[in-house]
Amino acid sequence: MSESSPTESAVAAPKAAERSWPLWEVFVRGKRGLSHVHVGSLHAPDAEMALRNGRDVYTRRQEGVSLWVVRASDITASSPDERDSFFDPAADKVYRHPTFYDVPEDVEYL
Amino acid sequence: MYGNDFVDPDQPLNAAETGDVEAAAADAATARARREQVGSSFDELIAADQRIEPRDDMPEGYRKTLIRQIAQHAHSEIIGMQPEGNWISRAPSLRRKAILMAKVQDEAGHGLYLYSAAETLGVDRAELLDLLHAGKQRYSSIFNYPTLTWADCGAIGWLVDGAAIMNQVPLCRCSYGPYARAMIRVCKEESFHQRQGFEILWELSKGTDAQRAMAQDAANRWWWPALMMFGPPDTGEAAAKGGHTEQSMAWGIKRFSNDDLRQKFVDMMVPQAQRLGLTLPDPDLRFDEESGHWAFGPIDWDEFWRVLRGDGACNAERIEHRVAAHEEGAWVREAATAYADKHDGARRRQESAA
Amino acid sequence: MTDNAVHTSVVAPYALQLGDDALVYAQRLGEWISRAPQIEEDMALGNVGLDLLGQARVLLTRVGELDGTGRTEDELAYLRDEREFRNVHLVEQPRSDFGFEMTRMLWFSAYQCGLYAALVASSDETLSGVAVKAVKEVDYHRDHASHWVLRLGDGTAESHGRMQAGLERVAPYVAELFEDDAVSAAAAGAGAGVLPSSLWPAASAYVERVVAEATLAMPAEPTWRSRGGRDGIHSRPMGYLLAEMQHIARSHPGATW
Repeated sequence: MSESSPTESAVAAPKAAERSWPLWEVFVRGKRGLSHVHVGSLHAPDAEMALRNGRDVYTRRQEGVSLWVVRASDITASSPDERDSFFDPAADKVYRHPTFYDVPEDVEYL
Repeated sequence: MYGNDFVDPDQPLNAAETGDVEAAAADAATARARREQVGSSFDELIAADQRIEPRDDMPEGYRKTLIRQIAQHAHSEIIGMQPEGNWISRAPSLRRKAILMAKVQDEAGHGLYLYSAAETLGVDRAELLDLLHAGKQRYSSIFNYPTLTWADCGAIGWLVDGAAIMNQVPLCRCSYGPYARAMIRVCKEESFHQRQGFEILWELSKGTDAQRAMAQDAANRWWWPALMMFGPPDTGEAAAKGGHTEQSMAWGIKRFSNDDLRQKFVDMMVPQAQRLGLTLPDPDLRFDEESGHWAFGPIDWDEFWRVLRGDGACNAERIEHRVAAHEEGAWVREAATAYADKHDGARRRQESAA
Repeated sequence: MTDNAVHTSVVAPYALQLGDDALVYAQRLGEWISRAPQIEEDMALGNVGLDLLGQARVLLTRVGELDGTGRTEDELAYLRDEREFRNVHLVEQPRSDFGFEMTRMLWFSAYQCGLYAALVASSDETLSGVAVKAVKEVDYHRDHASHWVLRLGDGTAESHGRMQAGLERVAPYVAELFEDDAVSAAAAGAGAGVLPSSLWPAASAYVERVVAEATLAMPAEPTWRSRGGRDGIHSRPMGYLLAEMQHIARSHPGATW
């Protein structure tokens, strides 16, 4: 079965406004947890919306759960096998950002 | 919640209940420590069956294959909301309505996790959605079939989620870390959905003549398409013809062949069909003592290709529905951006001036 | 009157009003799933719908216990005819655009916030139990609606216009929600319920504040207003809503699912 390349042929680009939502990383501390654990990422235009969406998607609005959202571009990473030491904020592709590093053991069934 | 009368609650009802997912999760927890003992090149990591993470070097083909596979998986979750969402307004009991709403919501959540995983490879969710809307990326063709009756909701949970789980459990050990971890999360939730589907059919099978007929009719229509979910044959003769399977296996993206997974699925489902009192629409279905497997009849691959290529009952409708939601919501998304620019921009200027 | 008689004649019809409001609005919200402006909103609206459905189930179950008929939540939801439903017209209106929906949610949740805060002290155990749980839920619903009204009102020119239009279209349905009737008056008198009119000041103040912050204008007094829902007289969409909701269950009398 031949599959067309995703970049083939003209696809109307969505308006720039649709693409400009920054990336946020989401951290959750479960009810029985001791620290916040990275659970994933999402796009939102502002912090409040990021928090709200994060709550809906990553905690399904369970009570007693603490949620942090941080703009991906505000995170300074220092992983040992890192080659480039920080993100290039001018890049419109958020490539190689630190998501999903940990299996959120204690937050699965908060 | 369900009562124990339909099946031994300790017996696995789907592939996510066999302990494989737990094992993969336990493995994932120690993956980083083990990684550090291996070299850091792509080939060394793959050879040692370790995980590739977003910051690692990787062949462009690996990256592109994963983007496509993960994106199409995400699209399937989103499109998959439609056939079942179709029955929320008509669910015949309030409990079933609630369960169905929760299930469809979970699917939205799975789509979001998967888009996030795909984004770690350097694409934007907006781009991926554009490709879906333009027909340049696919979703699982199973969702091109219509949900004609309430029993279809049962069949989708039992067979379609069952088949999806069969495909997804091995992906919990996929070489690409973010995808594997997303799969662990997804499998745990989907296992619950598969049980709920079985339970719907169980109730129908114990019900009125009309209900039993409804269940049988749904099984008749969903059985073969569910088997097709595993993809065309890729072992034996078929393997010689080439295709994606070999490369994907070498890269640790695919762990078992389509045919192997399909056989495992049939072996798991046939006894369940028997418990449900349903006759599967395959006159050639028989237990082969020698191999210990359920042998089944020929799959109509012409139907598979026809539906995949656009001539299924719901192909047009699924995309139109999805595109309509997207376009009708554009003004809302734009407003959110504009509001953020007005307010967040002001806040940040204030902060940097301080 | 004995306690039992009070409950049957006073609490049952009151709980029915509350339960039907929640049930019918949950039905409308369910229609947004797979149609929302973004996937996160499919989830959020689904959450609101699930909360309301949960409230409806407890309330309807209570009605069946108290009204002497012993009907289950499903018998009440699926086997009553339109004239027996006691919800207001606001919640039965069809799904429209997102601006309409957020306005509807803003008013309804503002009403429910006051309602459940008061019902925590209800003399009926079930009503107070529902209220304790619901208070947190409807606070989130009101918050969610406010969040969107702000963004849509103070977003783009287009969103501002659509949001203002939403306010105008919801306006005729608001008064009915805060109107006292014999049922709610009797329930309030027995300490089991609360007078809807008593909820108006706080709810309207809240909505006005959000509307102002969203750079929108409160609509002028509408030229007409809905009425009759509490007596079982509904608007045109209700028959279709019930036909869709009930027809599978009614097609299989006595069946379990």
